[in-house]
Amino acid sequence: MAKSEVKVLGAWPSPFVMRPRIALNMKAVEYEFLQEQLGAKSDLLLKLNPVYKKIPVLIHGDKPVCESLVIVQYIDEVWTSSAPSILPSDPYDRALARFWAAYIDDKWFPSLSGIAKAQGEEAKKAAIDQVIEGLVLLEDAFVKCSKGKSFFGGDHIGYLDIAFGCFLGWLRAIEKMNNMKFLDEAKMPNLVKWAEKFCSDVAVKDVMPETDKLAEFAKVLMAKFRGPPTN
Amino acid sequence: MSGMRVQIAQAEKGVEFEFREEDLTNKSQLLLEMNPIHKKIPVLIHNGKPVCESLVAVQYVEEFWKDKSPLLPSDPYQRAQARFWADYVDKKIYDAGRRIWATKGEDQEVAKKDFTDCLKVLEGALGDKPYFGGEEFGYVDLALVPFYSWFYAYETCGNFSIEAECPKFIAWAKRCMERESVAKSLPDPHKVYGFVLELKKRVGI
Repeated sequence: MAKSEVKVLGAWPSPFVMRPRIALNMKAVEYEFLQEQLGAKSDLLLKLNPVYKKIPVLIHGDKPVCESLVIVQYIDEVWTSSAPSILPSDPYDRALARFWAAYIDDKWFPSLSGIAKAQGEEAKKAAIDQVIEGLVLLEDAFVKCSKGKSFFGGDHIGYLDIAFGCFLGWLRAIEKMNNMKFLDEAKMPNLVKWAEKFCSDVAVKDVMPETDKLAEFAKVLMAKFRGPPTN
Repeated sequence: MSGMRVQIAQAEKGVEFEFREEDLTNKSQLLLEMNPIHKKIPVLIHNGKPVCESLVAVQYVEEFWKDKSPLLPSDPYQRAQARFWADYVDKKIYDAGRRIWATKGEDQEVAKKDFTDCLKVLEGALGDKPYFGGEEFGYVDLALVPFYSWFYAYETCGNFSIEAECPKFIAWAKRCMERESVAKSLPDPHKVYGFVLELKKRVGI
């Protein structure tokens, strides 16, 4: 497939954009990465995702696919001859993977963004504690899903590894900016090991942004977010 | 709400099921219980909030009984579209509907408009097809139709007619209600209204 047949519209800092990129890497599919600029949505984005106007968007030929986890499943279903499969084969395991991915998007990620929104030290600490509570749940989920292997997906990274692992860059950046640790050896020994393996996986390492770059970017974002009030 | 989707899915597939109603007000943790050996449906419980992960359960039903009446199309792009719209329903419809009965005055007017705007987006996605799934009732129809049983409550609380704004949507809903799987699984709208009045009392509206 020619490289221009597959495009990903996104931005390097976005964990959601990482998801389809990892999936395409796993399937050894070449793609063109089109980057949006912070603060201005391109005409292309508005045309391809009129409902949400958000990245990522996968463009396959001339067809757009939106919503990161919908895209990952699409990639898994189109490039079936490329092993391994991203979703597990057993319906029960698939349901577990989807359930925890939904938990991550609906509950855990909002708690993570709650840290940036928290006003004052106490609120910040409460927000951080909430994120850690979620990580403890995910530690349990890891034990259940991995069945003793290295990843949520077993021997290889899979759907849930991608859904959760994309946030590791940001977790590390927030740890650095706040001088604390999210992934605690004592509370989440499995996740600590998993995080190392995930970040060094060949499908992941070139698309995972560096911690320092993210921390710099976060400062730019915060300045914009807390900038002078606009009418 | 969530139970209805799984019930419809199982009814569409013609499989035996056991549906357990859990007391949603008394749980404080996320629980996922699945028991494929006894073919019990997964029951997801979370501290009083509706179980949006019902789509996970529906997909489980779809995949476990994959040879009976498929709910998702076979083409990957069509499947992606179906998942996208079912996800849209989950993200938008419950909250938009809730704001109609949970607010008043100017807030309620905004809520009513937001709600009908969402329905119009869905009407656009439906187009001229009889169902979101095309000629056949499918995944998105199933994700969306349970909310129809709440329309009487929304209309009464908001003092407006949804059909006047979104006639195509109502035509689609009535078409779905002609299916036994749907008619059997949806509660009486008047009962839902009674439940909403209880909820209103609880939140003090």
